[in-house]
Amino acid sequence: MRSAAPTLVALVAALAVGIVLLVLVGAPPFEALWLLVEGSFGSASKISATLLAWSPLLLASAGLVVTFAAGLWNIGVEGQIVIGAVAATWVARSLPGPGWVVILAAIVAGAVGGLLWALLAGVLKTHGGVHEIFGGLGLDFVAAGLVIYLVLGPWQRTGVASTSGTDIFREDAWMPTLEMLGTGWPVIPVLLGLASVVVVWLLLRGTRFGLRLKAVGRNPKSAALIGIPTNRYLLGAFAIGGALAGLAGTVQVTAFQHKLVPSVSGGYGFLGILVVLLAAFGAVWIAPIALFFVAISVGSTQLDLRLGLDSAFGGVLQGFIVLFVMVGGAWSARRASVERAARGEP
Amino acid sequence: MALEIRDIHKHFGPVRANDGVSITVGEGSLHGILGENGAGKSTLMKILSGFYEADSGAVVLDGEVLTLRSPADAIAVGIGMLHQDPLVFLPFTVLDNFVLGSPGPVRLDRSNARTELERVSTELGFSFDPAALARDLTVGERQQLEITRLIWLGARVLIFDEPTTGISATQRIQLFATLRALAEHGMIVLFVSHKLEEVEELCDSVTVIRRGKVVFEAPMPVAPELLVEEMFGKVFVADEREPVALGGPVLRLESVSVDDGKTHLDALDFEGAAGEVVGLAGLEGSGQRTLLRACAGLLTPTAGHLSVDGVDLTHVSYRGHLAVGVHYLPAGRLEEGLVEGISVTEHLVLTSHDRRFLVDWKGAEAAADRVIDEYSIKGRPSSPAEALSGGNQQRLLLAMIPEDVRLLLLEHPTRGLDVESAAFVWKRLLERRTDGATIIFASADLEELLTYSDRIVVFFGGSVFAVRDTASTDGEELGYLIGGKERV
Repeated sequence: MRSAAPTLVALVAALAVGIVLLVLVGAPPFEALWLLVEGSFGSASKISATLLAWSPLLLASAGLVVTFAAGLWNIGVEGQIVIGAVAATWVARSLPGPGWVVILAAIVAGAVGGLLWALLAGVLKTHGGVHEIFGGLGLDFVAAGLVIYLVLGPWQRTGVASTSGTDIFREDAWMPTLEMLGTGWPVIPVLLGLASVVVVWLLLRGTRFGLRLKAVGRNPKSAALIGIPTNRYLLGAFAIGGALAGLAGTVQVTAFQHKLVPSVSGGYGFLGILVVLLAAFGAVWIAPIALFFVAISVGSTQLDLRLGLDSAFGGVLQGFIVLFVMVGGAWSARRASVERAARGEP
Repeated sequence: MALEIRDIHKHFGPVRANDGVSITVGEGSLHGILGENGAGKSTLMKILSGFYEADSGAVVLDGEVLTLRSPADAIAVGIGMLHQDPLVFLPFTVLDNFVLGSPGPVRLDRSNARTELERVSTELGFSFDPAALARDLTVGERQQLEITRLIWLGARVLIFDEPTTGISATQRIQLFATLRALAEHGMIVLFVSHKLEEVEELCDSVTVIRRGKVVFEAPMPVAPELLVEEMFGKVFVADEREPVALGGPVLRLESVSVDDGKTHLDALDFEGAAGEVVGLAGLEGSGQRTLLRACAGLLTPTAGHLSVDGVDLTHVSYRGHLAVGVHYLPAGRLEEGLVEGISVTEHLVLTSHDRRFLVDWKGAEAAADRVIDEYSIKGRPSSPAEALSGGNQQRLLLAMIPEDVRLLLLEHPTRGLDVESAAFVWKRLLERRTDGATIIFASADLEELLTYSDRIVVFFGGSVFAVRDTASTDGEELGYLIGGKERV
């Protein structure tokens, strides 16, 4: 069992750096940190906002666990979220009929959109020899450009085209919330997010597909010699990762923005990569780590309102946490190998 | 000037690659270093050229003990190495390759370098177009470029590691003429090879290394049978073999040509019968792997027909070969066979015939326990592959061979294994042959080849050199054949 001590040390170190930074910019450090907590969990509506942000991050991270299991760096996850959002927006804008039908159709469309966008990066890799990092990055830019085109062009707001987004969807195409304690709770997104984590965990833990995917990811040469059709498995991983990212995009437009905006991904794709790195590429720790990360993101908006600090501070803190955990992990791995060498093991 | 290698030791974990090697070579000498694969030649040369640091011992040049921590250190004191694959940057021009390793200021002085390239290459009798791309040069020309560069950098000791691999006969003659000229100019030339003929033709003294130790040193000429004996150790005589009743043909190759980019097998005819064991002998990279990979479906023949049990597999994929009972077991157990980070149980699940979506982990673990028992694997069902020793990894790989295998292709099935594991591996393999499978294995171990094969195919320089019935040959003859010579 991996020791938790290095991770704790890394967290403390990241906090210490955060405090130093706050002191350097002349802000009261402990008040600022408290504002992060209060801003994300201080009231019912703040908790609800945090949960709403948690859901797409869970979905994107769960998808990334699958692609990482296959040994893939799915940098295209951002674009897959965006295309999922575009597909869901298209359904919400154009499909007539009762609201629940529209919402269900939007969910399916979002997943399919993300899936196809991911397969594009996948086919580029398996059949075109384009590394998934480059293919994915390129497709991220294409997706971002497409949204801006749609928002300023065909789907522009009535009256005036603006980068603030499309028209708001009709209200019955919004994902319904549960009214309680004076605020609306994003039950469906949270359930989708948690379900995705559980399904991915089961897939990798208990199925032949998951085991073969792991083999392909860890040693494609051996996997191919064992007789696993490696390309098919790589594409399968892209499809699952893309579908979940597309769902994250659906949640962003139907439950949070209620319209398509250029920054629809919310950066949850890249943030998801950090979450999965911290979770050591497994599904088990994703939920708490993602919650911790969105709490920092949501809470940091308070820094802006109350202390006049830029909310980017949250991102800085997240970055330092990941950095320190990675360094700590590398350090303990190195120490372990030195100890093994000292015992004369390979 | 004299180069003195003093009592060099170099261990890699438990492997003693160099175990007290001492060699002295004088000025103007063309010195051959002979040894079979894994004897420790390359390790020694890498120590001389600064790629490895020795655990103990010293390299002395002109009475001065050298500190060699990097290839840059080595070339600074005048030791240059020409690798088997010349270290040339293919997308660069000849001129850029020439100046690349030169010490000096940040700014590249290309015009000066151009004159220098011209001067040194003319002295050596080479001619280059400085603007040509290195990728357009032949392997022989790349070697010439490397030699020019090393001489320009002031090399006085030149190490050539198997330099005749992949060059044409004309270039070989030219290379040998160059080496002689270098020696005449007072340089020390170390010529590392496993080809007896070349050492006989070129060198004026020779050292034979076996299992990390110098076992023989003498001025040339030396009788070749003596060199063979020193390279391979005590000449092994196989026991009388029990005759085995062979079945019909399983594998059939009809004028198959196949190319893996390095070796090219041309119009090969071959049959393997049910129950037959065929050994592939030869130095590493002589074509054995090419044949095995073609039979496994990993290389597609460019001509001819390949069939197993009468099924034409010439243009069938690797997975199609698996489906008719072909099984390939490469030498790199953790590279091409097992998956690091995946347990014994998981490996057995990966290769089981069970195709259900959900894995029955309880059942799989019980099955793994049985396999561990049956194959006496030292490990637990949950042990990851990399935690097993080499012998136990090989036992696991044996357990992963399907029951109904028809053609078993193996590379170095017992390399690095202790005697007990090796015997176990062969006991299991021979059971498969009793079941009617054909076994083809490549090995560098003459004893293994003579003990277990019915026939031995000897490869040399990328093609089949000779085929012998094991009953009618012996270790001495194999030693000759592997070195590319018929016994006289």
